[in-house]
Amino acid sequence: MYKILEKKALGPGMWYMRIQAPLVARRAMPGQFIMFRISEEGERVPLTIADFDRQEGWVTIIFQEVGFSTKQLGRLEQGDHILDFAGPLGQPSVLDGFKKVLCIGGGVGIAPLYPQIKQLSQAGASVSVIIGARSKDYIILEEEIKGLSDSLYIATDDGSYGQKGFVTDILKDLITKQASKYDLVIAIGPLVMMKAVADFTRAFAIPTRVSLNPIMVDGTGMCGGCRVTVGGQTKYACVDGPEFDGHLVDFDEAMRRQGMYKQEERVDHSCRLTDQGGGSK
Amino acid sequence: MKLVFTKTPMREQDPLKRRNNFKEVNLGYSLEEALHEAKRCLQCKKPKCVKGCPVNVSIPDFIDAIVKGDLEKAYNIITTSNNLPAICGRVCPQEQQCEKQCILTTRGESVAIGRLERFVADSFLDSDIKADQEVKAKGKRVAVVGSGPAGLTAAGDLAKLGYDVTIFEAFHEPGGVLVYGIPEFRLPKDLVKKEIDKLKRLGVKFQMNTIIGKTLTIDDLFQDGFKAVFIGSGAGLPRFMGIDGENLNGVYSANEYLTRVNLMKAYDFPNSHTPVKLGEKIAVVGGGNVAMDAARSALRLGAREVHIIYRRSMEELPARSEEVHHAREEGVIFDVLINPKEIIGEDGWVKGLKCVKMELGEMDASGRKRPREIEGSEFIMDFDLVIMAIGTSPNPLIKASTPELETNDRGGILVDQETYATSMDRVYAGGDAVTGSATVIMAMGAGKRAAQAIDKRLSKE
Repeated sequence: MYKILEKKALGPGMWYMRIQAPLVARRAMPGQFIMFRISEEGERVPLTIADFDRQEGWVTIIFQEVGFSTKQLGRLEQGDHILDFAGPLGQPSVLDGFKKVLCIGGGVGIAPLYPQIKQLSQAGASVSVIIGARSKDYIILEEEIKGLSDSLYIATDDGSYGQKGFVTDILKDLITKQASKYDLVIAIGPLVMMKAVADFTRAFAIPTRVSLNPIMVDGTGMCGGCRVTVGGQTKYACVDGPEFDGHLVDFDEAMRRQGMYKQEERVDHSCRLTDQGGGSK
Repeated sequence: MKLVFTKTPMREQDPLKRRNNFKEVNLGYSLEEALHEAKRCLQCKKPKCVKGCPVNVSIPDFIDAIVKGDLEKAYNIITTSNNLPAICGRVCPQEQQCEKQCILTTRGESVAIGRLERFVADSFLDSDIKADQEVKAKGKRVAVVGSGPAGLTAAGDLAKLGYDVTIFEAFHEPGGVLVYGIPEFRLPKDLVKKEIDKLKRLGVKFQMNTIIGKTLTIDDLFQDGFKAVFIGSGAGLPRFMGIDGENLNGVYSANEYLTRVNLMKAYDFPNSHTPVKLGEKIAVVGGGNVAMDAARSALRLGAREVHIIYRRSMEELPARSEEVHHAREEGVIFDVLINPKEIIGEDGWVKGLKCVKMELGEMDASGRKRPREIEGSEFIMDFDLVIMAIGTSPNPLIKASTPELETNDRGGILVDQETYATSMDRVYAGGDAVTGSATVIMAMGAGKRAAQAIDKRLSKE
């Protein structure tokens, strides 16, 4: 059992949780993820690590309630326990040797970007950051990132905060109008966003890294459910990733595979979450 | 005494009923049936059956104890060499091991050793495993990586010898392939749990959610005070064919399909929260026990039609004959001498399988006739779900974090054939992590021998 040391609301249905998990923290690195499970009937769900402290033995996760299990997780409170919490899984991000990096985060994807920004800035890199969300309420970690980045740009779909539009609008502006040069672009967010970023940077040959979060069961290479085509080769996001060269990822396939259980999810959520409101299933 | 040349039959669930439920297919012997069967044993002076058993259970002795009505003695004889008899009695390929060596096979059917083992084990599911003599705690810690058959066996034997054993398991539940792979209808999970509980009572500690190679490395284990490590991490990496269409929605590895259904209980969706695609007409590619397990699970989940697609003929099917027989009884269709060339999709979902007909040629290295394509014989079959059950490779996580651990070109950990010692001092390995996918009992045999070698190594200090 893994204790929730702290819980904070970051936005509508968006939560920050600090979890006591000394063994996960012991080897955790930016870019890696954990698998959680809430109950004996629960699914195993991957979440990227948002921050960690090896000495104090905790790991933080930031998530949005999008499916049944993340909604269930959102109902747990400070002091409650998560049944299973395994990790760190996946390959750590390689962040050494970059001088000028542009980090782009969309929605809850801003969370896994944060430890990378932190490490890059500690290593002395110049980090520019674009974060975006559908509206002001969904922008997270703005203060934390501001302190670590040379410049921070914000976009919201509805214009309620920052520039109205998408993160890619700002990206285009930086590259084409301001002629900014970057060694590396790191984009983490919805698949459509990462695809749009990669499609744009490809033309300028800017190395672009994306982080995938596909459906998986075990997270250790055992099921192969997370397979993704990268440069024409099948890779397992859990053990080969989760980060890949954005210019080589088959995003259309990844989006299609992400929707594999849409039908089942409808059954799952609509019936049970309303039932559960009454306290039993 | 009159010799009987046929096995006492074991009662089974009716095929038409059982194809709709996940309850165990085989129902086991009654005491009367067990006695009847036990009396068939000729009590050979030089029993060959014992040599056929990878863990050398004293088979005639435990059968003799059954005949004499002393089931407890029979149980103690079995558990001296085998910590998991209720499991072995169900999933061992006895017909290729102990029973194959039985003298009765020269005239008819062997003694049903597996069924008798199961009968004895099931009578003592709630009792303790006894250590052979009064063992003194040795005060030395041994780490076991993986809680499948190899790891459980090594852990049990080391605990019996007085070692302080901790098993590290990546999943949330112990048992490895016994819980994620082999389905409930062949190996009830309650029973696996009871066998594991016995090991816990013997003093073996279990640490779940700990992925060796990620959460902790082998070096961490030594730093944390373990004196030796046994790696039984299994063959967790599913193989695909490398044909077009394998990433379509509706294509599973057998590993994923079975893990969703067994470990994550997708058969009980939505009460259990993990879904699995049900499918109407399902192709299972492969002919081993895992393919049979996937096909029979698919029937139980309500598929209208389930086909085994196998590139050789019925005779070469690597699955146990009992599994093939059960699958056929339940209605699984066998399409043999056929090989998939491409998975055909529509709107991103599986629509069918483009196959080619095969014929058998000369013998290959495996001693089986080599299948080859019949030119121009391609044809298409409609399916809405495809399950790839063509084998697995050893899990690469430990190797990736432990470069000094030597492996072969297929990822299997290299070990000494006698001691199961790896290229690293104090590190031993066995089971599928070494051999690639094999059987439960082979893994147990390796765990057993490695435990002896570890004891020998640590006794020197």
